[in-house]
Amino acid sequence: MSATDAGDMSRAAADARRADAESTGPVLAADGSPLKVSLNRALRAQKLRALMLIAPLLLFVLVTFVAPIIDMLFRSVENQIVSETLPRTVVALDDWDAETLPDEATYAALTYDFIEAAERRIHTRLGSRLNYETTGLSSMFRRSGRGVDDVGEEYADQFIDLDEAWEDPVAWAEMMASSDWLAAQSEWAATLEAEGEDAAGPEPLFQLSDGIRTLLPETADAYRSFARTVQQEDQDSPLEEEPWNSVYLALYRDLVTVPAASVVEYDGVGAEMLVAADTAVDGFETVDLRAVWEDMDDGWVEMPIWETIEAFSDPYTAGYFLAAVDLQLTPDGIEQQPDEQRIYLLLFQRTIFMSLVITISCILLGYPIAYLLSNLPLRTSNLLLILVLLPFWTSLLVRTSAWKVLLQNQGVINDTLVWLGFVADDARLALINNQTGTIIAMTHILLPFMILPLYSVMKTIPPSYVRAAKSLGATQWTAFWRVYFPQSVPGIGAGSILVFILSIGYYITPELVGGRTGTFISNRIAFHISESLNWGLAAALGSILLALVLALYWLYDRMVGIDNVKLG
Amino acid sequence: MTSNGNDAFVAFERVQKSYDGETLVVKDLNLAIGKGEFLTMLGPSGSGKTTCLMMLAGFETATHGEITLDGKPINNIPPHKRGIGMVFQNYALFPHMTVAENLAFPLEVRGMGKSEREGKIKRALDMVQMGEFGGRRPAQLSGGQQQRIALARALVFEPELVLMDEPLGALDKQLREHMQFEITNLAHNLGITTVYVTHDQTEALTMSDRVAVFDDGRIQQLAPPDELYEEPQNSFVAQFIGENNTLEGTISKIGEDSCEVTLDDGEVIDALPVNVSEVGARTLVSIRPERVEYNKDRLSPEAHTIHAEVLEFIYMGDIYRTRLRVAGKDDFIIKTRNAPDQRRLKPGEQIEIGWRPQDCRALDA
Repeated sequence: MSATDAGDMSRAAADARRADAESTGPVLAADGSPLKVSLNRALRAQKLRALMLIAPLLLFVLVTFVAPIIDMLFRSVENQIVSETLPRTVVALDDWDAETLPDEATYAALTYDFIEAAERRIHTRLGSRLNYETTGLSSMFRRSGRGVDDVGEEYADQFIDLDEAWEDPVAWAEMMASSDWLAAQSEWAATLEAEGEDAAGPEPLFQLSDGIRTLLPETADAYRSFARTVQQEDQDSPLEEEPWNSVYLALYRDLVTVPAASVVEYDGVGAEMLVAADTAVDGFETVDLRAVWEDMDDGWVEMPIWETIEAFSDPYTAGYFLAAVDLQLTPDGIEQQPDEQRIYLLLFQRTIFMSLVITISCILLGYPIAYLLSNLPLRTSNLLLILVLLPFWTSLLVRTSAWKVLLQNQGVINDTLVWLGFVADDARLALINNQTGTIIAMTHILLPFMILPLYSVMKTIPPSYVRAAKSLGATQWTAFWRVYFPQSVPGIGAGSILVFILSIGYYITPELVGGRTGTFISNRIAFHISESLNWGLAAALGSILLALVLALYWLYDRMVGIDNVKLG
Repeated sequence: MTSNGNDAFVAFERVQKSYDGETLVVKDLNLAIGKGEFLTMLGPSGSGKTTCLMMLAGFETATHGEITLDGKPINNIPPHKRGIGMVFQNYALFPHMTVAENLAFPLEVRGMGKSEREGKIKRALDMVQMGEFGGRRPAQLSGGQQQRIALARALVFEPELVLMDEPLGALDKQLREHMQFEITNLAHNLGITTVYVTHDQTEALTMSDRVAVFDDGRIQQLAPPDELYEEPQNSFVAQFIGENNTLEGTISKIGEDSCEVTLDDGEVIDALPVNVSEVGARTLVSIRPERVEYNKDRLSPEAHTIHAEVLEFIYMGDIYRTRLRVAGKDDFIIKTRNAPDQRRLKPGEQIEIGWRPQDCRALDA
């Protein structure tokens, strides 16, 4: 290549560069496609391989960690149990004025719901759920579960007195069921007879006839509830079981309201029975449902139960979150919990305060150690580093138990202080089962998490900076404070984030040495998970904790900058 | 220029330094540096030159002996009270401060007022042509710019003595040469005494008033650059400074200002006795490649010549570099200027070479 050629080339290259700088549009690759697109294409294989490498761990984490956490967080607002267990009651309460007791129809709806829940044995679960909101509901539900099958008995007796057929399961079933179901049922019965249980399988699920549903909506609904519950819970056939008393109650309520003409026009199975009953029903002795429920438990004729059901009838609720910050949902809006039940805000405050104290203690104790480590010759510092890491190789439980031995009233530290004469024998220091114990033990346990990031940051600060500062006239302290310390701040930041986040969710140590005043919010969460079984509240507390940590993280990012965090 | 111990600005007197109590890193160092002098400590790594600098700065203490600054012993004065400016190998600019804050640091710790500080900072930045960079952070500057700032910071509080520890080591060749020039100019213009440590001999030769060549914890030779190059006092200095041919032999005849050396293969050459004293002693003769002559007309008639075979001819533009086999050794180099009348040697050619006796120095073996 001649010199002129080379000159032309470099001029051309310079022109191209200038053109690139001037043009505002996207830079194009040689084939005319945007450079970004072709770069992405070129890197795709690389990205795919990276993804494949992390795929097993990603999958593992998603399945075993992220999904359960999301499920858990979901529980903090989920509240379908009320609307699922008492569907009719919840609907009936829709137009309740919330000032007087609900009407008779609501009590009837409650009867239909409750008997089904009791037969399915889920009424106690709802009882414990609502008990979180209003105490006493758990036992009330359990008691009512035992008495609810008698509600409507008077009507059953009167119908049976009128016509023995009202007692006959087959008559009931034929009146209520669709012809399709009856055909399917007899076919199933024949198979059962001929080939046995294995071939036949379960009885076809009960289906209502359309006619009866139109004529007697409540009865049809109550009967279907009965038939299906009998099928699913007891593996019995509605053809063999006398209906629950609640079905008679529904029949009575229907016949009283339905115009006589409609009953006369009805031409389905059992039409004559219905006409006869419809005529007689006006002379029936009526029962006051509210009084019946009052007999079971006084609570049913008081406002709180209805207010609670109404307040928690939505499938999603803020109730757990409100409870987690010492508030409660009442018909008048959100209110503070009564004084003696307020504990969570206090616990949150205490958790944050103690975590801060622990973090600061870790900085104060860890900084000199890390400084020493980073300034020693490598061999010595490695040895000391092993000593720093030693706690990691000892079981957490063992370490905490060791602190119990050391700190207790008759423990090593108190004994030594008494022996030295610093403390009188009858005034031994309370070092355990309080905040002091938790702070001492946790500072010790979390110290390595402060020392390691500090050490790795300090290791990268060349000694020449401090020397330069001194040569420029700074005293030892000025050189440290103005030159060394600012450069070690990223290490303090990283260590503090680690220690603070770890301690804010710490459980074992406060549980063992915290006593009553030194426990954290996590201990309360554990209590709700494993003892009170109020998972919703536990999830709400956990969510708040998570949000708190994220908020602090954000704050730290704003104040110090997350880029300044160095772990090595 | 003073090199007399009594009125020297900086003096090392019988200074020794040991880190482990077993070996001496600096052995019996005596050195006097005059006011305004630019002195370079040159030596291979581990020769003790940096330790000397650190003792002077106050970051290391002398195990034995005394260091005085302007007549006052400074052994027990902490570094921050010595008032010595220092430029570090990696500049050691404080990364969390701007350039201006870096320069303000030495003034602040001296309790200087804000307005006075600003004036000095501006002058110092202008002095290194970095006036517009006061607001930048060191990480936003190039290596050369950081170097200038480090220099400005070491000078801003107007010290009388500035120490530089291989300050140009991290720069590329072109920038290094430029900075060498600037640093010497600054030092001379400001009249500051400078102690400069380097292992780069070119740097030492081009910048210094005097060079102290260190090896094995001792000063091997302390001399101005030209003297160091042309009159090395021992074979270490001869080999460490510049390119050098060495031949081994025995002294066969010795006079006042010339001697004859019988090389190991029996050939006899002329040499200047430098630190050999008696006939029969082993010696290492040193000849600079550019002082070797193969054109007989340019040699004096009585000069001894020696047989050589051309092994390789390298064209280097301004000079020719030719490798010869001489006295059984095939790493003998001669350099000749590319001049119109100069003949190019061809590999395989048999020639006679010689030199002026004063250019060939018989040194310790």
